[in-house]
Amino acid sequence: MSGEINEAFLQEKALKVRRSIISMVHRANSGHVGGSLGATDILVALYYHLMNHDPKDPAMADRDRFILSKGHCTPVIYAILADCGYFPEEDLLTFRRPGSHLQGHPYQPKTPGIEASTGTLGLGISTGLGMALAAKLKNQPQYYYIMCGDGEIQEGQAWEAAMFANKYKLNNVIGFVDRNYLQTDGFSEDIMPLDPLAPKWESFGWQVFTIDGHNYGEIIDTVESAKKSDRPVMIIANTIKGKGVTFMENKVEWHGTPPNKDEYDRAMALLT
Amino acid sequence: MELEYKKTRQGYVDGLKELAGELPDMVVLDADVAKATQTFEFEALHPDRFFNCGVQEQNMLSVAAGLSLEGMIPFASTFGVFATCRAGDQLRNSIAYPNLNVKIGATHCGITTGGDGASHQSNEDIAIVRSFPNMTILVPGDYEEAKLATKAAARAAGPFYLRFGRDAYPVIPEIHGAFEIGKAKVIRIGKDIAIISTGILVSEAIQAANDLEAQGISVHLIHMPTVKPMDKEAIVEAAQRTKGIVTIEEHSVIGGLGEGVAGIVSQEHPTKVLRIGMQDVFGESGQAQELLDKFGLRAKNVIEAAKKILG
Repeated sequence: MSGEINEAFLQEKALKVRRSIISMVHRANSGHVGGSLGATDILVALYYHLMNHDPKDPAMADRDRFILSKGHCTPVIYAILADCGYFPEEDLLTFRRPGSHLQGHPYQPKTPGIEASTGTLGLGISTGLGMALAAKLKNQPQYYYIMCGDGEIQEGQAWEAAMFANKYKLNNVIGFVDRNYLQTDGFSEDIMPLDPLAPKWESFGWQVFTIDGHNYGEIIDTVESAKKSDRPVMIIANTIKGKGVTFMENKVEWHGTPPNKDEYDRAMALLT
Repeated sequence: MELEYKKTRQGYVDGLKELAGELPDMVVLDADVAKATQTFEFEALHPDRFFNCGVQEQNMLSVAAGLSLEGMIPFASTFGVFATCRAGDQLRNSIAYPNLNVKIGATHCGITTGGDGASHQSNEDIAIVRSFPNMTILVPGDYEEAKLATKAAARAAGPFYLRFGRDAYPVIPEIHGAFEIGKAKVIRIGKDIAIISTGILVSEAIQAANDLEAQGISVHLIHMPTVKPMDKEAIVEAAQRTKGIVTIEEHSVIGGLGEGVAGIVSQEHPTKVLRIGMQDVFGESGQAQELLDKFGLRAKNVIEAAKKILG
């Protein structure tokens, strides 16, 4: 919940979440560590400070919604949902295993706390907008936080969604672009340039903020400002892919490669 | 007797209009073809419950998924070819996979879309949607049944694909009455040959049956407005009662009604199944009636197939 920022508490949560991400992906021998580590601080700020939510009542009508449009980064959201108590932490041991409710990409019907099924890129943005439109129709007060990857918004659908949100004045939408400049095949500006990114969203009618996505004060203050906007808001959060595990930082190799035993040990030693 | 001609897409929007009072959470979306899908008539009555997404079929389907997650009942309307091919990923991953309560109102399906040509003639949509788990597919045979199907879909839970045509087709009183999702309509019981149709070509099936009966051939005639889930019982019964089955649909013979029927009888009661439909070819521009002739989707083609089976 909002109020004074407890930096130490958020740092402690982020450390636990990052350790959980490394463990989950190492155990499953499958999954996406880089983007999950990079987005951790934003999700921690949302779930442990900003969002109105209650793990004991996942269907609470006026809860704020979080939609992980960059759906491959399930490790970070699963770690947080488990820590919050949406489901038992032991469930994390089943990530990406047959019979688990923790699918490789978010599956809303099965996982408590997951608001929308996402996976193929671009879809989650539009789904979040549909949810936000419904809230407008029903005069509900909650916010819709939508996390996109920077590579993800190379999808044409992202820009369809950008137009749609502007048309219907969905100022209950607060989006994030996890701007780490890396995607599966390399540096985003080599693969398919996105810069200048802020003017793109602005020209589509969104209010845009650019922040350091690892600075809790900036994340929280910006979201508080975003809530006052009369337009949909996109927060371009500059992040470091692999943040917190130095040998993974800014390395595209850590997009979708699971750490082996040695790498796992080294990563966990760094996350203390 | 003079037949009355009406459009199934008109049945769709008339169904929506009739549902508006009963279902306050129902909303209608379109993608810049409201004048063609006819949803502009709904917009005129309920502007606050209509959302024109512009030429954005992909966004529209995912937005519809989001609306349903918050308890709305969205009907997303566009041409069949756009709903299933252009936005196939969104239909699969945003709607079918999470089993959401989204209804797709797909118009301009089949070869009778006519002049626009193959790019706009959706002859693959049933095949695509049949292969997605959780989907129910309704392909009404006339205006009245289109209205009934729309209402049935709105009142049922889960994702639906509703398939409508462009042109006016005969109103067929034989297929009216209660509409039950998943149930075939047995129009006539017979013992020589079974004819199974879906969609507007029910009129060709009826004509074929009448002509065959006049020649002393007894026809078991079934109309299947639900293509998924298929009414297995009715199909097996048709196979048991007769010497073979002819299917007719305004769709590719790959993945549609005919292949579904063949799949069921091959397991349950093997019998010969001949499939009238688009024979793995793209269509072309022309008037609907010319195209039905050219691509062999007529009563006479059903009769030929029936005689081939009967020898």
